[in-house]
Amino acid sequence: MSIRELAEVVEQGHVVVCCGSGGVGKTTSAAVLAMEGARRGRRALVVTIDPAKRLASALGLDELSNEPREIATDRWDPKGERRSGGALSAMMLDTKSTFDGLVTRYASSPEQTRRILENSFYRNISSALSGTQEYMAMEKLHELHEEGGFDLIVVDTPPSRHALDFLDAPQRLLRLLDNRIFRLLMVPTRTGLRIAGAAVQAFLRTISRVVGSEVVNDIVAFFRAFEGMEEGFRERAKKVVQLLGEPETRFVLITSPRRDAVEEARFFAEKIGDHHLAVDALIVNRVHPRFGTEHSSGLRARAQSLRDLRVGKEAVEARERLAARYENLADFNEIAELERSHLETVRVRVGSAAIAYVPYLAHDVYDFDALAAVGQLLFSSAGDPGPLEAGADE
Amino acid sequence: MELAQFCSTSRVIIVAGKGGVGKTTVTATLAVAAARTGMSVLIVEVEGKSGLAAAFDRPSLGYEESELAPGVRGRTLTPDAALVDWLQGNGLKRVSKRLVQTGALDIVATAVPGMKDILVLGKVKSLDLQRSADLIIVDAPAAGHAITFLTSARGLLDAVSVGPVRKQATDVVELLSDPERCRVLLVTIPEETPVSELVDTAFAIEDRTGVSLGPVVVNGCYEDLAVGANGDRASHQLGADDAVTAASIQRDADLLDVFVSDREARDLARAAAFRSERAAIQTHQADRLGQMLPLPQIRLPFLFTADLGMREIERLADAFTAGVGAL
Repeated sequence: MSIRELAEVVEQGHVVVCCGSGGVGKTTSAAVLAMEGARRGRRALVVTIDPAKRLASALGLDELSNEPREIATDRWDPKGERRSGGALSAMMLDTKSTFDGLVTRYASSPEQTRRILENSFYRNISSALSGTQEYMAMEKLHELHEEGGFDLIVVDTPPSRHALDFLDAPQRLLRLLDNRIFRLLMVPTRTGLRIAGAAVQAFLRTISRVVGSEVVNDIVAFFRAFEGMEEGFRERAKKVVQLLGEPETRFVLITSPRRDAVEEARFFAEKIGDHHLAVDALIVNRVHPRFGTEHSSGLRARAQSLRDLRVGKEAVEARERLAARYENLADFNEIAELERSHLETVRVRVGSAAIAYVPYLAHDVYDFDALAAVGQLLFSSAGDPGPLEAGADE
Repeated sequence: MELAQFCSTSRVIIVAGKGGVGKTTVTATLAVAAARTGMSVLIVEVEGKSGLAAAFDRPSLGYEESELAPGVRGRTLTPDAALVDWLQGNGLKRVSKRLVQTGALDIVATAVPGMKDILVLGKVKSLDLQRSADLIIVDAPAAGHAITFLTSARGLLDAVSVGPVRKQATDVVELLSDPERCRVLLVTIPEETPVSELVDTAFAIEDRTGVSLGPVVVNGCYEDLAVGANGDRASHQLGADDAVTAASIQRDADLLDVFVSDREARDLARAAAFRSERAAIQTHQADRLGQMLPLPQIRLPFLFTADLGMREIERLADAFTAGVGAL
């Protein structure tokens, strides 16, 4: 199998899911991919989850908006280099209003919508439950896909404890909404709660003792209000998951070369395989530069032999200085060697995926110039993290 | 400040920071440093991740305590485990199994957001009351989760009016707001976004939780390449050309009568320039942090060598001790 190219992802992909653990530059990479798609003539959208403030304002996302907003062309393409048709939009996911929209869509009446939206258990599900953000990111993705209007939708995934939560989130939420214990309570009878549920009643009393009866009442009220909607939700979740398996969907795994991030990335690559999906591209951010080709151990030995030199007083300073410079070079080459060996473990897992590297940059990326600079690095490097040049974006 | 004094200021220290800044490294470092003063230390890991055990060259960490290093024990305390543990401790042993099996527990936990966090902290509280160690270090959840983790107890007091969960939340709030019992040690790296986010987190924690903040640990700082009697630095001045540095390297080589190829001189010069640049950026960011957040800083060096293991932790513990000494 030939090695894919990152260009293929932004030129041929329709939905691009960016995943990876926290702190590896996921949002930035998502923005770079969308911008690069736009430069190549596509109507591109980046869906961010929780961007750093400065990046958000660069993208025109100073306030939370659950709808895409187009970014003026002169901001991201001041020189007018884009291929014709290219356009860039951005949006920031608003989890709760996405969920509210879903409820509104599947409720049979405005009355049912109201009862659900006002329920405090629902409010917890739609804002505080872990996994909801992941699910709603996927839901929004599906919605945007259905509405059309974009050739390329790049979606960031939430900084979860585990990078792949979004794959399991729909199922987890469905399990919650499908709970048997509470479904028994939803069966209406003339006398209110079903008498046959005596065991259930006892059970609920126990829970009430622990967390208070208001909480239990809320739960019961929610499941009653939700009745009849599970089927719609289930169908929807199925479609959302199907979208991830479409031939025009691409998965981009983002990592840093640090051991823990690489381990998470490798775990993700395995897990995504379990879902019969594949990683199409791997982006490695913050790679340390390597200077020259000499192995760190040789440089380290050289430093030591310099330190061992017997010299006159006038040359002591020169000796120490030169030795320190060798040690410094050995340090950088050692960490570069180490990073490359870590990356090798994930490289074998992603098979034919495109691999691109971004060196350690002197500044954080938060404006379009910097995004363009990263884009250039990403789309020009391929395959092998050779002796990357230092300094990068100065 | 003496390290022993620093470590006994509060019996519980919660280490928090965004993902990728080395929170777990700092947890391990603090533990080793404290153990050197003769204290018994217990590390509590709440996310079920393996990094901590690896730092101590141990295969894994479990719910049962195990020794990680002399004087340092460790255990996991994941939210799910804390919940079951708590139910069992509250005479609900029989239902706890059923609650888990039916999935009802997830529903209850959803209905009471933060409940699991409170039970984790509640368990920490009981570990503290049992005096299970002289110092308990909690490796907190990453980033935004840390704020939720620390604010959930207060939030719960609003949501739940009665019952043992409320009692637990009350106890947790008491623990968190008592500076003699508990402090938060924030960790960051000297880079722009992590620094900005740390400042936001610090203010959020102060405003919303009432937890006292200890010094900020700035992790991954490049050490100076200072050499020579007069304090000359091997890393060249900012802005100097690589060719100029390469020429000065050749002058040193001539003086020492050793051979350095032009190519190698250039590599040495570029590596030195890279280090200088990054060190300057780091200093700038650490200073910026100091201006925005009036908390003392403890700086830990960036380690180039190998992966984190016991040897590296010992080195960092030296730096940590020195950093505390300078407070």
